[in-house]
Amino acid sequence: MEIRPIFASLRKHRIPACLIVLEIALACAVLCNAVFMISQRVSDIHLGNAIDEPGIATVVLRGTDDKLVGSDIPRNLAALRGIAGVQAVAVTSTLPLSHNNWGWSFGLDPDATISDQKSHNVSLYFVGEGADQALGLRLLQGRFFNGDEYAGSKFDTAPLPETHVVVITQSLAKKLWPGQSALGKTLYSMPHYYTVIGVVADVLRPAIGTHSGPYTYDSTYYPLSADGSKGVLAYYLIRSAPQDRDRILREAEQTLAKLNPGAVTKGQTYSDIRNKYFADMSSMAWMLVLVCVVMLAVTAFGIVGLTSFWVGQRRRQIGIRRAVGATRGHIMQYFQTENLLLTTAGVAIGMGLAFGINVYLMQHYEMSRMPWYYLPGGALSLWLLGQASVFGPAQKAASVPPVVATRSV
Amino acid sequence: MFAYYLDLALRSLRRNKVLTTLMVLALALGIGATITTLTVLRLLSGDPLPQKSAHLFYPQLDPNAKDGYIVGQTKPAPTMTYVDAMNLLHAHRAVRQAAMALSQAKILPQQGGKHPFFSDAVMTTADFFAMFDAPFQYGGGWTAADDDSGAQLVVIASFLNDKLFGGADSVGKTIRLNDRDFRIVGVLKPWAPQPRFYAQDLGGRSYGDGDAAFLPLRTARAIDMGPQDTECYAAVTDIKHLETAPCMWLGVWVELADDTAVADYRSFLSGYAQQQIAQGRFERPETALLDLMGWLRDQQVVPDDVRLQAGLAFGFLLICVVNTVGLLLAKCLRRSQEIGVRRALGATRREIFTQFMVEAAIVGMAGGVLGLLFAELGLLGIRHQPAEYASLAHLDLGMFFFTFVVALGASLIAGILPAWRACVLAPAPQLKAA
Repeated sequence: MEIRPIFASLRKHRIPACLIVLEIALACAVLCNAVFMISQRVSDIHLGNAIDEPGIATVVLRGTDDKLVGSDIPRNLAALRGIAGVQAVAVTSTLPLSHNNWGWSFGLDPDATISDQKSHNVSLYFVGEGADQALGLRLLQGRFFNGDEYAGSKFDTAPLPETHVVVITQSLAKKLWPGQSALGKTLYSMPHYYTVIGVVADVLRPAIGTHSGPYTYDSTYYPLSADGSKGVLAYYLIRSAPQDRDRILREAEQTLAKLNPGAVTKGQTYSDIRNKYFADMSSMAWMLVLVCVVMLAVTAFGIVGLTSFWVGQRRRQIGIRRAVGATRGHIMQYFQTENLLLTTAGVAIGMGLAFGINVYLMQHYEMSRMPWYYLPGGALSLWLLGQASVFGPAQKAASVPPVVATRSV
Repeated sequence: MFAYYLDLALRSLRRNKVLTTLMVLALALGIGATITTLTVLRLLSGDPLPQKSAHLFYPQLDPNAKDGYIVGQTKPAPTMTYVDAMNLLHAHRAVRQAAMALSQAKILPQQGGKHPFFSDAVMTTADFFAMFDAPFQYGGGWTAADDDSGAQLVVIASFLNDKLFGGADSVGKTIRLNDRDFRIVGVLKPWAPQPRFYAQDLGGRSYGDGDAAFLPLRTARAIDMGPQDTECYAAVTDIKHLETAPCMWLGVWVELADDTAVADYRSFLSGYAQQQIAQGRFERPETALLDLMGWLRDQQVVPDDVRLQAGLAFGFLLICVVNTVGLLLAKCLRRSQEIGVRRALGATRREIFTQFMVEAAIVGMAGGVLGLLFAELGLLGIRHQPAEYASLAHLDLGMFFFTFVVALGASLIAGILPAWRACVLAPAPQLKAA
């Protein structure tokens, strides 16, 4: 198809042509960045977490008497085990994404302290016996804690527990000892030290900040006896088949409230915890989706409006072309090619803009570089949008009868 | 004459309903999105204590080790150790000064059968209430003497007083906090600065109803109430005794009367840091004294997502305005003949220009009204979001008028190009064509 006449005609309508190009360019720039933001949030919301998420429910028990925990915890656990359908119960200090974070920094040298620049900040999970079962942790190397290690571990006045064993996540193991086995290695924070006896599949930290990053999975596990837990062990975990979970949670909450009348109980399924953590993020993602849809609609309106106007203006011109032998298909093609040219110009400018906005966001917000395929993806969707919106007006143009050419000359 | 333009504009808008609807809708969507996000942005970046914020300052020191310190670049620590907080308080270099940390308190209603619950509590010192203009419904705060003696007393928020005592004057009564009895000395009127500036970086929420109970720092510590957030900078052997541990967990605020006082306090603060270095306690000389709004900016209290949303909404509004320009242009060029006739009958270019601007303004006003509706819908949507500030998202009178300013501004800007094109049309060719 000859495109020179199209250029000639566009030159005569410079302002409307520029407006369409500008509109496409802006839409392309905003669309690419918005879709990229959506994809980042969606991938954060679906971050992997190697625990049995659908089977876990938890009751947080706070405001108990620290002096009595040694007898309270075993009694509470026994009562929870008595609920029909319960597969495993245990007590821990926190859960992934619960916001209840206990962080500490460890180094790899015996004289490392918390303030050393080289120390790594990790999240600490203190767990009672059976927590590996109740959480559904997947052991990859080594072993989990044995009975002696649970019984021998307690809190005194120090911020870290008195024990010398730790289980860490796979990501952390790879980061601390790249290319080596982590088993038997030691984490130090004067005067404490802990030897790695097991490596588990990646479990999220209790808080991962606003966006996932390289520290998302830096979790460590320490055994803790009920006796020496000093009120730290407050999360009662109850694992069951997913279909029993909600009923069991209600029963567990009542059971614990009855056994501990002076305390405050709060039950949640693990799915609740996760949804709550990402609630802001998912509402932001939905808002972005809404903006994209409306923006594309507005852009399409604009194209439809301006092209219809063009068609109206060129009725006689079209009639003449039809009279001298152009088929309806030719006329359709003319408007579609014209739109393709305008969209291409718009997309070219839009890609530059999209890239610029991305660089700006990277400098001022926690944003990573947009992968290259967003640009051709954006271009393709705007080409399709352009063609779809020009279809109606072009058909109207094609239906102009040749006889128009003979009128009012 | 204006009435005539108005009539012409309305006729013209009525003639092409689809195009008019598209314009109004596009503009309204852009305005709705912009006003919604701006309302949230304004809510989050507002001044929580307008009458006082210029006089409130947040001193900062840095007890961290030299390791990793870069002169002029390393920011001082956001919170303070107990030792430093008490040293600053006892120096009395400001009109008022208070140290504070957030905690959770278990509250047991006295009526039988009620369950205990946890509430946000603040452990602080005597000047807190006067310094932050916290208004009292009944009673008052406590004194510096109460601070020193560790008296078992508490100030409670109005919502807690409503819950426990049905809103009656409860001064002198006792409440059970963390399984101990406290005497109520004051009940606040509803008071919840947004954002809760004094809780920033102490581990609390920034928005919401505010704290339920306020108790003297020493008293709270005596019954082992712990801060929400603790940051240690050296090996700790005894975390129980936070007063001596190398850990930071207190925020300190001071009230300063004027610029001279601020300058004086600043030099006092750096003098204090130097003195601590000389004593071997500190290794870094960095200090800071930000005013309330400066501290909130430094803390980036407005979430990134909210600012991104506002930027996005403006981009969207721009697209809508460009779209409106295109549609208005299409409309006015289609009416070349009408313009030709009016020009031939004696209308000046200026009059044609005015006529088209009036038409654009009408589109703008219609877009504004519809945009307001969209904004209300958007805010309704936001209020149903789980964010902690969500319930505060309402359109105020200022934003209401601002909507129309934006709508009118956007439509007039959009109208300039088409109106200019219309008024420069030469009348003769148009007449001939007709």
